[in-house]
Amino acid sequence: MVFVDEYPKTSKLIRSQFIVSFIALALGAVFGIVQALHRTGTFRIFSSADYYTILTGHGVLLALVFTTFFIAGLFGWAVSNSLERVLPQRAAWGAFWLMLVGTVLAAVAILGGLFGAPSILGHSLKADVLFTFYAPMKAHPAFYLGAALIIVGSWIAGYAYFKSLWNWRSENAGERIPLKTFMVITTMLMWYISTIGVAVEVVVFLIPWSLGLISNVDPLLTRTLFWYFGHPVVYFWLMPAYLVWYTILPKLAGGRLFSDPLARVVFVLFLLLSTPVGFHHQYVDPGIPEGFKFIAMTNTMFLLLPSLLTAFTVVASLEHGARQNGGKGYFSWLRNLPWGEPAFAGCALAGLMFAAGGFSGMINAGMNINYLIHNTLWVPGHFHLTVGTAFALTAMAISYWLVPQITGKKLQRRGLAAIQPYIWFIGMALMSNAMHRAGLAGIPRRTAEPTYSEFSFEGVAGTVGEMRLQIAIGGTLLFVGAALFLVVMAETWIAHRGGRLRVNSVFPDPLSGPEHSPRILDNYKLWTAIALVLIVIAYGPPLAAMLADGITAPGSPPIPV
Amino acid sequence: MQVHNFEKVWLGAAILLIVGFIATISYGTVGAGISMVDDSGGQISAQAVQNGNTGTQFDDPGVVQASEDQVVVYVVAQQFQFRPGSGDTPIRVPADTRVTFKVTSADVVHGFSITETNINTMVIPGQVAEVTAVFDETGTYGLVCHEYCGAAHHTMGGSVEVVPKDQYEPQEVSN
Ligand code: HEM
Ligand SMILES: [Cu+2]
Ligand SMILES: [Cu+2]
Repeated sequence: MVFVDEYPKTSKLIRSQFIVSFIALALGAVFGIVQALHRTGTFRIFSSADYYTILTGHGVLLALVFTTFFIAGLFGWAVSNSLERVLPQRAAWGAFWLMLVGTVLAAVAILGGLFGAPSILGHSLKADVLFTFYAPMKAHPAFYLGAALIIVGSWIAGYAYFKSLWNWRSENAGERIPLKTFMVITTMLMWYISTIGVAVEVVVFLIPWSLGLISNVDPLLTRTLFWYFGHPVVYFWLMPAYLVWYTILPKLAGGRLFSDPLARVVFVLFLLLSTPVGFHHQYVDPGIPEGFKFIAMTNTMFLLLPSLLTAFTVVASLEHGARQNGGKGYFSWLRNLPWGEPAFAGCALAGLMFAAGGFSGMINAGMNINYLIHNTLWVPGHFHLTVGTAFALTAMAISYWLVPQITGKKLQRRGLAAIQPYIWFIGMALMSNAMHRAGLAGIPRRTAEPTYSEFSFEGVAGTVGEMRLQIAIGGTLLFVGAALFLVVMAETWIAHRGGRLRVNSVFPDPLSGPEHSPRILDNYKLWTAIALVLIVIAYGPPLAAMLADGITAPGSPPIPV
Repeated sequence: MQVHNFEKVWLGAAILLIVGFIATISYGTVGAGISMVDDSGGQISAQAVQNGNTGTQFDDPGVVQASEDQVVVYVVAQQFQFRPGSGDTPIRVPADTRVTFKVTSADVVHGFSITETNINTMVIPGQVAEVTAVFDETGTYGLVCHEYCGAAHHTMGGSVEVVPKDQYEPQEVSN
């Protein structure tokens, strides 16, 4: 039976979440191409002062809205499919509406900047503070309020998954938690722990400060709270991609998951290690003693472990699938994978690019080599491989597989769908490698102009002009990739039902199943407690030092941008 | 729990790689003495920097000769210039000399990075960033604000001129 017929209510919820996420993707992609063409000096529609409004929109819509709504939908499917039950409707829909109101508030505040920033409720309606919104730059209060609502909404969405698990447990005492639900719950626990930082930043400090209720905030403290959340959030993007790679991709490859226990170990490691690392974004911040940076660096390096293990398990599962399809030899089995299937090809290419992103991430994490690339174009080069491809391309690819199941409609335009992942891949290869090299040449990120009046940049490998051209061409291909995806989705969405779907959510058993994994892995209380202890070790002393001189000292008043 | 032999080998190699990374970085920090930006610069009031009444050298930023072979450069970053550094007041320092940059902000978060060097720090209101370097090559280096600081962020650049030690003349410190 098709998912939509079995769970019509949950399907409707997932459809609503996906629609919001696809609209965010569409707008974000338009902003993306505008930026790629603007900052390379290729083609301009906006003034350079407006560049930052566009960039704020791009960051917020893609990194926060597209991801969070898509993940909410994917997780809803994963929990409901693996526990075989309907999600608690009130909580799940409440979460959806809260997140939507938050998104609209934030989006209106941002877009106001393109329409002359009219004064609304005594504050000018603009929010060109970028998605990191470092104080003391101030946005319209609606921006902070919107951000807070998106986060609170996601907490409630998580409650719906926990509630489903508790209900399932009371009927299935003693059984192992199904892998997909296990992954969802571990991810949400990590999310709860890490969003506390940004929630405190926004609710305790930035909202009252932007409204004028308190006059000062400590820029270093709010920044630290932001990055306490800012690194784990990348795992909140990645872990859903891993969920797809571990649980769905082996089936798409024609095989079975290699090891269920190892997948659980990987997710537990993420829960433990994701949060106490945020200082690695503050390696070059003044006001923070070197020792704290060093602790974050060692934790960060150990965080490589779960990703390296994932690489092994996922590749081993794919190889198993390929051999089932008649694959032979050391590497020639790669030819026996279904490269023409959009869902498979997208996930596999996303995984491949993630490997490259992992390497540039190791450079970022290297405490002293970080000097070379901190805040240069290298950084967007890196995260367009991770969130911009590992997550985004996986999300698009798995939509080709999931959307038919939640709508009951056959995937339309299979030909376009089949080439789309390759276009994204080529576009990203061009844009990202040029961004990395431009970073090495010292070209900063987040800037509207390619040149400065006082000096000019020189390329280390290749000329600066050639890098600009690649960024422009790559960005254009990416935009085409996003547009093709949206066309396929739109046509599928409006198609009539009928005919046999080629996909279903029935999964083959893993080669090594949950019965091989120690029970202690399902002990969430234990893992959460250890995670909290690690955080206290990494963050306790520095936060205590920042708070010792008063929570808003040294203080800064809001500065309108 | 069942762990496949290949998995064990992979796991071992992964841990070795990680420990290796940590070891090289530790060596870089302790052995080669690449020090990080830290809290050594101390705190300062951003409003006082703005108003020029900190009672420190930041009220009159510029290059100060600290000793025979060390200069200290006080720089104020503010929307949208470095004082000194931007426009026609480049930062002028001698080669083969210890140069300590002390940088702070008068308003929002800025960045301070000198192209073709390792000098790269955030400039956070309320904090003084301190970086020390020795330039062994003379010439003009670019200076960039690499953290978005407002609508004209892209104009916030400058330059650093490194002159041969024997031709360097300490300047009158002025704005
Ligand atoms: C159509 C595809 C895309 C294009 C052409 C594109 C292009 C760009 C460019 C040129 C920048 C600006 C670099 C700068 O000035 O610093 C940027 C920034 C960024 N992009 Fe994308 N991008 C695309 C897709 C994505 C996706 C799918 C994501 C995430 C899911 C993403 C997340 C970001 C983020 C978080 C930033 C940084 C914003 C900031 O620094 O505040 N982008 N992108
Ligand atoms: Cu600046
Ligand atoms: Cu700036």
